[in-house]
Amino acid sequence: MEQILEMVNIVKTFPGVVANNKVSFEVRKREIHALVGENGAGKTTLMNILYGLYKPDGGDIIIAGEKTSIDSPIVAIEKGIGLVAQHFMLIEPLTVAENIILGLETRKNKIFTDMRKANQKVKELSELYGLEVDPTARIMDISVGVQQRVEILKILYREAQILILDEPTAVLTPQETKELYKVLFSLKEMGKSVVFITHKLNEVMDISDRVTVLRGGKAIGTVNTSETDATQLASMMVGREVLMRVKKEGKKLGEAVLELRKVSAVDSRKLPALKNVSLEIRAGEILGIAGVQGNGQTELVEVLTGLRKATSGEVMLKGDSIINKNSRSIRELRVAHIPEDRNKRGLILDYDVADNLILGPHYKPPFTYRGKRNLQNVWQNARNLIAEFDIRTPSYDTKAETLSGGNQQKIVVARELGGDISLLVVSQPTRGLDIGTIEFIHKRILELRDKGVAILLVSAELTEIMSLSDRIAVMYDGNIVGILQDEEAKEEQIGMMMTGISKVDALRGEESD
Amino acid sequence: MNLIERIFDVTIVMVTIRMATPLIIAGIGGMFSERSGVINIALEGKMLFGAFSSVAISYYTGNPWLGAAGAILIGGLIGFLHAVVSIKFNANQVVSGVAINILAIGLTAFLLETFFHVSGTTPTVAKLPVWGGFSPIVYFVAVLVVFSHITLFYTPFGLRLIAAGEHPKALETAGVNVIKIRYLGVIISGCLAGLAGAQLSIGTMSLFVEGMTAGRGFIALAALIFGKWTPLGILGSCLLFGFTDALGMRLAGLGIGLPTQFIQMLPFVVTMIALVSFVGRARPPKAIGMSYQKE
Repeated sequence: MEQILEMVNIVKTFPGVVANNKVSFEVRKREIHALVGENGAGKTTLMNILYGLYKPDGGDIIIAGEKTSIDSPIVAIEKGIGLVAQHFMLIEPLTVAENIILGLETRKNKIFTDMRKANQKVKELSELYGLEVDPTARIMDISVGVQQRVEILKILYREAQILILDEPTAVLTPQETKELYKVLFSLKEMGKSVVFITHKLNEVMDISDRVTVLRGGKAIGTVNTSETDATQLASMMVGREVLMRVKKEGKKLGEAVLELRKVSAVDSRKLPALKNVSLEIRAGEILGIAGVQGNGQTELVEVLTGLRKATSGEVMLKGDSIINKNSRSIRELRVAHIPEDRNKRGLILDYDVADNLILGPHYKPPFTYRGKRNLQNVWQNARNLIAEFDIRTPSYDTKAETLSGGNQQKIVVARELGGDISLLVVSQPTRGLDIGTIEFIHKRILELRDKGVAILLVSAELTEIMSLSDRIAVMYDGNIVGILQDEEAKEEQIGMMMTGISKVDALRGEESD
Repeated sequence: MNLIERIFDVTIVMVTIRMATPLIIAGIGGMFSERSGVINIALEGKMLFGAFSSVAISYYTGNPWLGAAGAILIGGLIGFLHAVVSIKFNANQVVSGVAINILAIGLTAFLLETFFHVSGTTPTVAKLPVWGGFSPIVYFVAVLVVFSHITLFYTPFGLRLIAAGEHPKALETAGVNVIKIRYLGVIISGCLAGLAGAQLSIGTMSLFVEGMTAGRGFIALAALIFGKWTPLGILGSCLLFGFTDALGMRLAGLGIGLPTQFIQMLPFVVTMIALVSFVGRARPPKAIGMSYQKE
């Protein structure tokens, strides 16, 4: 097959790190090429070099047989390369069509923007590639999935031949991911090439023709997808054998730690979000909460951790009522919380690692004595946790915002799991993380379970719920539809229950199949 | 005649327009800067520079038209200085704006002494002609509002200006030079603020008084926010502020017993009430105040 892009021996160093170490990479016409690797393996750096956002320190880029230097996105666009970055480059108050034409506007009489022509053109492109959008809708009014379509249309409008998508599925729901796949296949059919950056191996297996694996800034190899499998790719990525599913010891159940009786709460728009939820979690048990996002999971976690008021019901922690207590008093009762959004609630990005590692007990000994901080103890705590949880940071006084997502999450995990706890409430613990880190966090959670901690796990990843949980509660529309034992839980059945079908019906449906 | 009829007549409409004119020009100037992502707290200072330079030029050349043109030029120059400091050297935009305001007060007073050997006020100079009761700058305002509305919402430049203030990186990846757009925005704002100052000095009066802008630059800034960063919004809010000014003058003239100090407070009170009651709904450009650096 025809080769249209080649990157040869690309070298890029940042102060203290070799991000790309003689990486070679090639793309053929009409293929979907997955670029995989753990966070920090150099995938994004390589693509930013290709898009002219970074200048390489060495190596060549050859496009259509010609050696090319790409020193700005403008050149990259001219050469037919388009990039959909992880963080969307869209202007919220402008319309879809305005965003697409920005910088390359359709004009009438040379001076005015021709919006009619722009809307028409966007419509044509959107029909041609099956990317349904309303050209006149404002970006702030459309969903993330549609915003991504706008990003893709933006580069198609610029007639890109090679489309780079940097972790495109990280922000999508499963349904939106399926639709994206369809679009990518149709782009391939139309002769375009797609570079798909990801660290989710099931996606690689689903859609790519070839895979290139990066590790520690080096290209480990390129293989045909049809000749490999997820296990092999995982060990190429991590450099060792990886357990795709962590091993679980038999459970030793203790006393009931957390008990919810008919708890109700409303969401931020004052609409009912939790409707008479009753649950029990015992020491040494992981209760997984499965469900499509937005069915009350967030509110459930917030009520348990004192971040949201319940409207009625009772929450008991080891026999004491904790309903509508504030977060500090709940934390005092040895409850740890790993929040779903590490940037919003888990960390203060502006603070350094050491300070982030003491948030919560920061006001009391050993970190503060009579209103005065003891920095020696703060730093010692940081040194211990950084070593124990293998947080990759230049030092404990590095700002949290400069670390990778995986290491940021490790800070949260280290802080919450480092102490002596009796209940852990954990939400989306591995969102956006690479498999090495996921494995690490899963092991830590299981260790706590074996030590007799009660754990409530909320996750959008069904595989995560299924591999960790002892029991699985399925939530739909603010209710618990049913609770399944680990051994009886099957993916299809949970999937059915996630749409509101009761446990009995879901089981019956399966038998009749 | 009853009191209402004595207050509301043709004259008050004309005064309203006259009072609103410098506010509209400066407010729209501020809009070009803030839409590009640069906070423009320096409108006041730029107006003062414009007011002084138009008088000085009119004095030396005897031609008020050259004075107005000079005010635009000097305003643009100050805008350029503001742009270099806040865009090229990434200085805090509020601090650099405050610096320009302070510089304007000191430098105009100093130059007043140097050029005219007086302090306080300049001698009278030739002022702009009066066409149908208004200075020509008033007619220019009508053109300016329409022109900037079309520029902002119906041209590629406007699209890019909005993008620069909302999400500069997105604009850069679309292949447009963000720095250039921001420079243009701040310089245009300087030119217009300069002209607004000229309207105060050679448009309505024929001399320069130290500190004669008297907070109008800040009122224009409030009108910009109140008008949601759109030309028509700015027009509306400036007319409101102009009207309270005119009303204040009229009430003072009628001598209805209110202390003049209270009447003089009126425009500021209206500004505050307007801001607290409506500004919550206004959405400023997202990247305003943030410096932009290429990686």
